[in-house]
Amino acid sequence: MKQPTEPTEPTDPADPTEQPLDLLHSETEEDLRAAVRALLADRAGHQAVLGRIETGDPYLPGLWKSLAADMGAAGLLVPEKLGGQGASHREAAVVLEELGRAVTPLPYLTSAVVATETLLALAEGSQETGSQETRSQKAEDREAASQEVAGLLADLASGRTVAVLAVPLSTAPGAEFPPTVPGVPASDSVPGVADAVAADLFLVPRADGLYAVPAAAATVVPQSPLDLTRPLATVTTGAGSGTRLAGPGASRAAVRRGLLAGAGLLASEQLGLAEWCLEETVRYTRERHQFNRPVGSFQALKHRMAQLWLDLVGARAAARAAADALATGRGDAPLLVAVAQAYCSRTAVRAAEECVQLHGGIGMTWEHPAHLALKRAKSDQIALGSAGRHQDAIAALVGLEPPR
Amino acid sequence: MTGAEELRVLTRKLLDEHPPAGTDRTDFLRARFDAGLAWVHYPVGLGGLDAPRALQSVVDAELAAAGAPDNDPRRIGIGLGMAAPTVLAHGSDEVKRRFLRPLWVGEEVWCQLFSEPGAGSDLAALATRAVRDDAGDWIVDGQKVWTSSAHVARWAILIARTDPDAPKHRGITYFVCDMTDPGVEVRPLRQITGEAEFNEVFLTGVRIPDAHRLGEVGDGWRVAQTTLMNERVSIGGARVPREGGMIGKAATTWRERPELRTHDLHRRLLDLWVDAEVARLSGERLRQQLVAGRPGPEGSAMKLAFARLNQAISGLEVELLGDEGLLYGEWEMRRPELVDFTGRDAGYRYLRSKGNSIEGGTSEVLLNIVAERVLGLPPEPRNDKDVAWKDLAR
Repeated sequence: MKQPTEPTEPTDPADPTEQPLDLLHSETEEDLRAAVRALLADRAGHQAVLGRIETGDPYLPGLWKSLAADMGAAGLLVPEKLGGQGASHREAAVVLEELGRAVTPLPYLTSAVVATETLLALAEGSQETGSQETRSQKAEDREAASQEVAGLLADLASGRTVAVLAVPLSTAPGAEFPPTVPGVPASDSVPGVADAVAADLFLVPRADGLYAVPAAAATVVPQSPLDLTRPLATVTTGAGSGTRLAGPGASRAAVRRGLLAGAGLLASEQLGLAEWCLEETVRYTRERHQFNRPVGSFQALKHRMAQLWLDLVGARAAARAAADALATGRGDAPLLVAVAQAYCSRTAVRAAEECVQLHGGIGMTWEHPAHLALKRAKSDQIALGSAGRHQDAIAALVGLEPPR
Repeated sequence: MTGAEELRVLTRKLLDEHPPAGTDRTDFLRARFDAGLAWVHYPVGLGGLDAPRALQSVVDAELAAAGAPDNDPRRIGIGLGMAAPTVLAHGSDEVKRRFLRPLWVGEEVWCQLFSEPGAGSDLAALATRAVRDDAGDWIVDGQKVWTSSAHVARWAILIARTDPDAPKHRGITYFVCDMTDPGVEVRPLRQITGEAEFNEVFLTGVRIPDAHRLGEVGDGWRVAQTTLMNERVSIGGARVPREGGMIGKAATTWRERPELRTHDLHRRLLDLWVDAEVARLSGERLRQQLVAGRPGPEGSAMKLAFARLNQAISGLEVELLGDEGLLYGEWEMRRPELVDFTGRDAGYRYLRSKGNSIEGGTSEVLLNIVAERVLGLPPEPRNDKDVAWKDLAR
């Protein structure tokens, strides 16, 4: 019988001419983290969040303005000439780490990342030569749409406007355009839209392009979400309503880029959440005594927490890799985003599940914030593409094809 | 302090004076050591220039570009990673001058006489005795085990019990042992893979001069911590390409043998591919932390992650090969000079990787270390700390 094939040299799909990934946090980023953490500790502690999640309006009053407008966090991805901070995905990722750590209800991922990145793709596309269809448009139409996009970006970057891409939260970056919703054929009614209740504006993908529809012209029907800190709603916009921002080709690419940035930075939210879960579990098991010993001194429990720490070491590297690859526009950014999602969504869920288990009965109570983390982690596992979808993307990108 | 540009100049000067093409390999390596470019963070005169450790990469890159020979770090890994830092930290000036140059150049291979049949994870329980004779030399009797490279080693780092009346951690002393002493007997230890990469070492009346003691009498446990810490830090130095380790072998088999594919294996292979890529990124992040002068505790994480991954990936690869996975290359006993984790066939990789979670500290012991030293969890109660070694139950 034939012996196994002699393996060939390892492949590296990354372009060797690209800059090495920077996987560390810079001092500026740590300063930003400290500022966001201080704000959230002051204004959005777990008890404050717990006090609002059942009201249908979980967003803490004034917090969005403080973070998005006063601190400028909403404009991190937006260049200064378009009214933003001219920072990058690396800094936005740090904000998300802190929002994940505190399980804060804020439309940051949806508005400041996904919607903003989608519009940025359109803005950059209109400055370049453009695709076939933009060339075929009348020049003044293109100019008007471009001014519209620039205006929207400035509004989003300033935090004055919250915009949400009207797709189900579960939509993966590689999803078809416009995303079809099972059971809702060819409708302008989209269920499962995250933070729709906070939106001033919807970006609506339609067959003929991407539209900007003011919330006043849409119907928003709240749903009951698993994660009470990220409200979901069904959004219905009248067919053809709103302003068309671009044709189908440019819109498809822009939506994909918005979702890719969202998936990549969601990994940082998952990282922050998992870090909190482990820290809180370690703190609790050091103090809690059973059998006349701190429960954290039992080897069976120590190994579980140490294993979780190992997973976090990986999650930190994976989330940083995705953020850095998005910031520098590396060729393997889609691969690193998929790797980060496949890994970090699993790690966050495990961290939250361990947090509940190792807190014992206390972890099952409504008063303890462990359930906020568990619900967010489980919801995040489905958000912006499940781990399986991201693994399918990896298989295609690195040439590990499934069985024929 | 020596900067990057100065190191570049010194490296080019070395290359000018000793062109790699026309220079004997050993002569070149000796010249590199004497120029202080062996390990730049070591002291002047001992192979270094007291430069920041991170700048070694500047020298290495220049030398690699010029095609200069290297000192085969895999072959002398124990000497480089464990003996050298311990000799540097605890040896006399004479000992440092005697041992470091031939160690680095590779003229003298080192091994490590730590573990014993009755003292593996509980290393401080060791029973090998060292007794001082009238001349002031030490006479060593005992047995060591799992000793890689003992059959090719010239020197060994050795810990032995010098005070059985003291508690187990306090009665140990650290020595450099001459492997050519007539009292040293090395026997191959045939392993699960069929080959004998490890050895048993029997020590009978081995004479060690007091000058070859590292650190104070009875302070060997603390000296050994230098060795063990360096063992864990030595990982993460090199940049690994994507699919650079065990996963590359499995991925290649997957790509080249479509007839072997199943949906179950596909899903599991992708899980492991993601884990391997994340482990690679974690190693890269650790390396960047070291270069930035901010070493983290992630070194022990890397060893744990790679042990689990190597075992899972090689196990999957055997399964993927199906009928061929039922076969094994050859069982003939060999005594390799190098440890080769990814070499030979999938069956070998599967069996050899079982050692990854045992050698250099078991995964269970490392998890305890992470839990206690990184996370700050309380230690388990112990009843062996203040009892004389001779009174412990065995």
